[in-house]
Amino acid sequence: MKSDITASLLQQIRNFLGNDLYDIYEEYPYPLIRINTDRLHETCRFLKEKLHFIYLNDVFGTDRFTSEDRFEVIYHLISLRDQQRFFLKVYVDEESPTLPTVTDIWKSANWNEREVYDMFGIRFHGHPDLRRMFLPEDFKYFPLRKEFPLLGVPGSLELPNTTPDHE
Amino acid sequence: MSLDRVMGEGFFTTTIDALMKWGRSNAVWPMPMGLACCAIEMMAFAGPKYDAARFGSEVFRFSPRQSDVMIVAGWCTYKMSHAIRRVWDQMPDPKWCIAMGACASTGGMHRCYGVVQGVDNFLPVDVYISGCPPRPESVINAILKIQDKIREEQSLELDY
Repeated sequence: MKSDITASLLQQIRNFLGNDLYDIYEEYPYPLIRINTDRLHETCRFLKEKLHFIYLNDVFGTDRFTSEDRFEVIYHLISLRDQQRFFLKVYVDEESPTLPTVTDIWKSANWNEREVYDMFGIRFHGHPDLRRMFLPEDFKYFPLRKEFPLLGVPGSLELPNTTPDHE
Repeated sequence: MSLDRVMGEGFFTTTIDALMKWGRSNAVWPMPMGLACCAIEMMAFAGPKYDAARFGSEVFRFSPRQSDVMIVAGWCTYKMSHAIRRVWDQMPDPKWCIAMGACASTGGMHRCYGVVQGVDNFLPVDVYISGCPPRPESVINAILKIQDKIREEQSLELDY
């Protein structure tokens, strides 16, 4: 059962986005919506400035492994004032996986977007420092993509030299 | 004429090799390489209940230069493997290595691209301990295995 706050929140989003609001997933306990990728940045700004979602908890990607709209990126927002969670989802194409950055809205998006880039290869346009987060910078693959083998590509990550210097 | 009559009372004779083995095997000081939950069991091994002091291994040396056996406790990523090898290279010879638990021995449940599938890919492991995590008794058993190994191998290299 949705609370009054959730219902009014969804109504405001609906008014703001109009036809660019593609889906509302009703079966989840928290509101989860999918929107037009072109309006991602202004929707994020609207959510922060008008609806008080000042806390970006997480940004994560998934690989749907479909022929079109292969990746999706999900933004997990929290409003401390309304004690409300909110999930925002956009689809990203495989051909040119690029999204506008939200680091100018929430600074905490910096490392989260780097992680999504590291794992899926989705580039964030306008990001101040888009380097790999966990893997070496010369690593050529994106490990959370479905085609990446479970045990990795042999030789792509270096093991230490087993001969000591003095021998 | 027997030797004890030559030297008098209070002396015994042995080989230097046996003396060194006796000394080494009863003071195997571990270098704790605690990487995950196995490290908690490794601490219990050194604590009062399981009391590794009975076997001379209670002194955890946090400097590789003062330790004899490295206990790799937990799963090891490719990133960490370089640090472990560096610490291992700093340990003075003779030195031994224990791979503690399923992850350090084989990669265990971490069957993925970022985890080394067994630390024997870059370390000469002497004893593997099974279990996830192993109980402290198993670590004591591994130390005893190391002691057996020290007593069996030749401790001196004589230049004839």
